[in-house]
Amino acid sequence: MSESTSKHELYQQVILEHNKKPRNFKKIDNPTHFAEGYNPLCGDHLMVYLSVDDKGIIQEISFEGSGCAISKASASMMTVSLKGKTLDEARKLFEQFHKLVIGKLHPEKDAHTLGKLSIFSGIWQYPARVKCAILSWHAMNGAINKVQNVSTEN
Amino acid sequence: MQNMKTRPFDLNAIRKDFPTLSVSVRGKPLVYLDNAATTLKPKSVIRALNRYYKDECSNVHRGVHYLSEKATAEYERAREKISHFINARLSSEIIFTRGTTDAINIVAQSYGRTFLKAGDEILISHMEHHSNIVPWQILCEEKGCVLKVAPVNDAGELILDEFKKLVNPKTRFISIVYVSNSLGTINPIKEIIDFAHAHKIPVLVDAAQAVGHRAIDVRGLDCDFLAFSGHKLFGPTGVGVLYGKEDLLNAMPPAQGGGDMIATVTFEKTTYNVLPYKFEAGTPPIAGVIGLGAAVDYVRSIGFENIGTHEKELLEYGTRALKAIPGLRLIGTAQHKASILSFVLDKIHPHDLGTLVDEQGVAIRTGHHCTMPLMARFNVPATARASLAFYNTKKEIDSLVAAIYKAKKVFT
Ligand SMILES: Cc1ncc(COP(=O)(O)O)c(C=O)c1O
Repeated sequence: MSESTSKHELYQQVILEHNKKPRNFKKIDNPTHFAEGYNPLCGDHLMVYLSVDDKGIIQEISFEGSGCAISKASASMMTVSLKGKTLDEARKLFEQFHKLVIGKLHPEKDAHTLGKLSIFSGIWQYPARVKCAILSWHAMNGAINKVQNVSTEN
Repeated sequence: MQNMKTRPFDLNAIRKDFPTLSVSVRGKPLVYLDNAATTLKPKSVIRALNRYYKDECSNVHRGVHYLSEKATAEYERAREKISHFINARLSSEIIFTRGTTDAINIVAQSYGRTFLKAGDEILISHMEHHSNIVPWQILCEEKGCVLKVAPVNDAGELILDEFKKLVNPKTRFISIVYVSNSLGTINPIKEIIDFAHAHKIPVLVDAAQAVGHRAIDVRGLDCDFLAFSGHKLFGPTGVGVLYGKEDLLNAMPPAQGGGDMIATVTFEKTTYNVLPYKFEAGTPPIAGVIGLGAAVDYVRSIGFENIGTHEKELLEYGTRALKAIPGLRLIGTAQHKASILSFVLDKIHPHDLGTLVDEQGVAIRTGHHCTMPLMARFNVPATARASLAFYNTKKEIDSLVAAIYKAKKVFT
């Protein structure tokens, strides 16, 4: 494999593009759920906001904050894939995504509903960066479980 | 300081002394520019560790048997070496610790709890490593002392006038970094100590980043305490040094209780051992200490004059090379600076840069470098940092620059 192939396992166009133009990068007024995610090891810091209706469907989801390309792209892609999903589906996706980034779910072999999110499948090879990818998901999961401060370190 | 023959500065020969320098990373030769995190170890250190574990393995200060006596002699010889290395008056002023962090905590807990009281002020600077902030905060919580912080300017230099203004009759302790690990700033430590002493305030110097790069003379500086880690001095991890003036150490209670630090123990009353053992409870990192002795021998064989000259050259070369990269901003541009280059790039987060240059075999550090207040001062969440040692080359700096350009391409 050429060097560029291995590098772009992580920095693929989709990721770079979401980093450049993050989707749903804003604050929601009057969110039903929100949480702050913080990675003290690298200073990545973001807020995730959700607006969930009576039926438990995510009507709106957004994020803001600062972080590396991986954390920003991951947050952006998360908001895209969770919009319109139920809270149960969001929890399920969180679990799958978590397994994916630690190398415990193989998108070609294992059943999953990750869709485009499976682009992060190579990240387990970069242990220091796994936390960047999972940060927004932890914040989202915290928000829907009413935990408002989420750190990657506990 | 004891004289010792230094050998001519032969970079190729020196590089051969460090086995890790010939490791390849992701198919590329390693370019190790993370010396402020930890330095690589020369063969002589690795041999010393190996020899202890293979041929001399036993506990110290306990047995009458041959190996124990041999290990004890080696352990104490290392103390002598370090005592000479930093020009201490007595080798009993050298306390072996787990590292810089441990050494500072010992002073905060033992000296601080005994001699500081509610309302007393402890003065540090804005560029301290967390290990020279948090132990004092813990003490302040417990005793009601107040932590004061001297500011730094935009170049990352301590504002000495402000520092002096913060000193007042309530100031009872000063703890300050010699060389900043995030910025490379070299503080005017002698001037600070003289000023403090004129006000009868003891000073602890965090020499973690100074020790492998410049000669340290504790008597010349007249510091009251000085802390450093073996692993940043080309020695093993898990071992470090607390230097303290004899009278201060004698007046301080032990920081930990256990074996070795006692003279006699009964259930009614225990009496403590003399210096330095009073502060070395339990089995120490014996191999680490012996390895640290070997590291000191090695560094002295290179000589600080040679080290200083080469690192200065690297710093100038590296500064010029990095400044020429469009969109790159150096964080830390002090007049008086060690060979540490911290920087941020437009449009590339330090972590992404770290991962991308790693793909080229270049090891740098990215993050807040355990100096979060300093990052906040410069309004950056993190920086990328290349930190150089005497075995680094200009060619390696070229590799870093090339890797940065490659990363920029990915992000355009
Ligand atoms: C300036 C400074 N102080 C203290 C420390 C802490 O040293 P250690 O982690 O070896 O205890 C470091 C290490 O990064 C440092 O750079």
